[in-house]
Parts: sequence; structure tokens; C-alpha cells
Amino acid sequence: MTLFARLLRGALLLLSVCAVAACATAPQDTVSEDGIFDPYEAQNRKVHAFNRGLDRAIVRPAAIGYSTILPDDIEDSVGNFARNLGEPSVIVNSVLQGDLQGAGQSSVRFVTNSTLGILGLFDVANEFDLAPRDTDFGETLYVWGVGEGAYIELPVLGPSTARNTTGKVVDLFTNPLSYTLDSPEAYYGTVAGVASGLSTRGRFTDTVDSILYESADSYAQARLIYLQNRRFALGDGAATTEIDPFGLDTEGF
Amino acid sequence: MNRRHFLAMGGGAALILPAMPALALTEARAERLVNTLVADINGVIASGKGETAMFRDFERIFARYSDTSYISAYAMGVDGRRASGAQKRAFSDAFQGYIARKYGARFREFIGGRLEVKGVKQVKNWYEVETTAFLRGEAPFAVTFHVSDRTGKDLFFNMFIEGVNLLLTERTEVGALIDRNGGSIDAMIDDLKRAG
Repeated sequence: MTLFARLLRGALLLLSVCAVAACATAPQDTVSEDGIFDPYEAQNRKVHAFNRGLDRAIVRPAAIGYSTILPDDIEDSVGNFARNLGEPSVIVNSVLQGDLQGAGQSSVRFVTNSTLGILGLFDVANEFDLAPRDTDFGETLYVWGVGEGAYIELPVLGPSTARNTTGKVVDLFTNPLSYTLDSPEAYYGTVAGVASGLSTRGRFTDTVDSILYESADSYAQARLIYLQNRRFALGDGAATTEIDPFGLDTEGF
Repeated sequence: MNRRHFLAMGGGAALILPAMPALALTEARAERLVNTLVADINGVIASGKGETAMFRDFERIFARYSDTSYISAYAMGVDGRRASGAQKRAFSDAFQGYIARKYGARFREFIGGRLEVKGVKQVKNWYEVETTAFLRGEAPFAVTFHVSDRTGKDLFFNMFIEGVNLLLTERTEVGALIDRNGGSIDAMIDDLKRAG
């Protein structure tokens, strides 16, 4: 497929998914008091049961093995490599969000780490006080004013929202590297991404285990924690609810 | 100083003064509470005691620095309205032990790390103390404490880790335990005594 055809396909996909995301904006009366809009709960719970089984059988043991066997330095390098390959996508999204300063910072990071950092294996830019930044098309949609939409638990990938799922699909197309690299190099990023995901699962074993296997309703816990953390990362403070400490009835407790 | 400035200043002071009685919680006091809390937690971690002894220490710290009645009432949510006085007290006790065990077990991850106070700001009638946690081998993350003097003492009444409201997650957990027990508050309290 030519570059033009791929871009065109990406643009069409973008238009259609934006339409879907916009339709999925929550009507006020169906949002719970905890700020959750989950009209597909029955379906989501089935996916959650599948993801939990997958984690127990494959992901968790693989992640613990990966984290135990590999020295931390190498794990870090794999993570850095995956992050560096994602940097162009961060730059594109920063520009789309009108964040030129951020785009500049990520550009300098990409150039520095790809050269001095030996193809991104080392995060030298971080030593020069250019901290890693993270953004995606889901955030771009938030900046553009698209509503969060319904909560969705995706197979394998886990908790998400309609807006974020749209973003994930579009991000497959917004990374310029996916157009410039031929196979098999194009797959290095995917492999490194999976490895870096395993690494994260391994390092946060206790946290993830406590949510998935020790809580009374792991689906509800994962949903709540994901939504709050995502809104915090986006700076979407309006969505968080707070109870006035002077307004709660604490009589008898 | 011209007349307009004088009036503006006078008006400003009149607005601020009633909101700030001499003994009210201030930014400095909210920050001091979090600092002593962090110092106490670090002291327990550094003590090198056994797990059970550490959990007891954490429970004591929790009782001393947090607004336990607010936290228990929040965690029980709407079910608190149909709970009897005895159930409320039993829940409060069970919940404090559960929190100490659950989060106490995780404090091991804080060994060799530190919490730094970044800033304090007033939100309505409470204070938000923003801190950054630096743990070994992790990227720094945000931990926020909410502090009020609702009870007459300076106490923290909620904690957020990277935007995740800990009380809200515990209310979800308590709600799920009540559902699992067919709506029985007593059975939920029994579960809570064993959980964490």
C-alpha cells in the first residue's frame, strides 16, 4: 500500500471513530455518583473475567519470570527502547494539542536518545533534565473537547473508555515510524512494547494482584482506579467528586 | 495611596478576616501534620520490627493522625444510614485494622524512599497537601493528603495516589462485600476483620 493510501485510510478511520466517540458521550442521569458511566457493564464483566484468566495463566507468570530473570539494567533498556520508538507519536499528538513546547522537548529527547542514547536504549535526555512526557490521541481528543464516553474493558489491553479506545486505534496510524520502517524492524516496537508491558506488570505485582485477586469485586475496583487515574493524568479535575468533610454525617462512627 | 486602593484593601480584609479566626487550620499547620505523619511512618519502617508489631504501629498512627469517624462513615456510604450504633462502632474498629494491614503491608515498598511536601493549598474549608513520593527504582509519583480541623484537631481525612481517591476505592470494596453477603452489614464486618 502506498503511503498516501495508508494516510487516507487513517484519516477515514479517524473520522468514523470520532463520530462513534462523540455519540457515546454520557447523558447526565446515567452517570453514577462515583462518576462512572458504564452502560456495557454485562459485556465488560465478561471481558474482565477473560482478562483475569489470561493474567493468571500467562501474563502474571511471564511478567514475574521476565522481571526476575532479567537484570534491572536490561529491563530499563528495553523500556527505554520502547518509549523512544513511541516518541514520534508523542510529538505528533503534542502538536495536535497545540503544545509546541512539549513537542519540542520530545523532539530533542528523540534525537538525543536515538544518537547519544544508542538507538534509544539509554535515556540520556533524562540526565539533561528533559524528563519523559507521555501523551496519546486519547488525550488529544480530550483537549479537543470530546467527551470521555462509556467505560470499556478491552480484551488483553484492559480498562479504557470510548474516547481512549478511539485514541488507541488512531495512534496505530499517527506514529510516523510505522510508515518509514520496513519489516522486520517495524515489529521491534511491538515486541519491545509487549516486553515493557510485562516489565511493568512484574514490578507492580503486589499492586496489580491486590486489585485483581484480593478485592471483593475486582471489576469495580479496576474500573474506579483506572477512571480516576486517567482523569488525573489528563488534568480533568471537573470529573472528580469530593464530599465536604463538614457535610458528612459521621454520627456514631 | 488613593481612596480606591484603600477601599479595596479594607473590603478585602473584611472578606478574609471572618474566614480566618485566630485558631483555624492554616497552611503551615496542615503541612506540619503531614510532615509528622511521614516522619512517624518512616520511623516504623526503619525500626525493623516484625510484621505484626509494624501493623499495630500503623494502626496507632492511623488512629492518631486521621479523622477515623469521617473515614469510616465515608467508606460505609449509604449503607451507613441503616446501620445501628453498635454496627457503626464495630465497623469503625474493623475498618481501621483492615486499613493498617492492607496499606501496612505495602509500606515495605517505601523502605529507602521518601515523601517530599511540594505545596499546600486551601480548598473550600479544608487543605490539600501535595507531596511527591520518591521510591527506589520508580518514577516519582504524586500523593495528596486532605487535612481538616473538623473535629477540633488537625487530622487528614483522605489520601490520593496519582489521582486515585483511596476512600472511594475502599467504599467500593465495602459495598462489594455487603453485596457478596446479601446485604448483611454484620457479615461484611466479619469479612473485613479477616481481609487485608
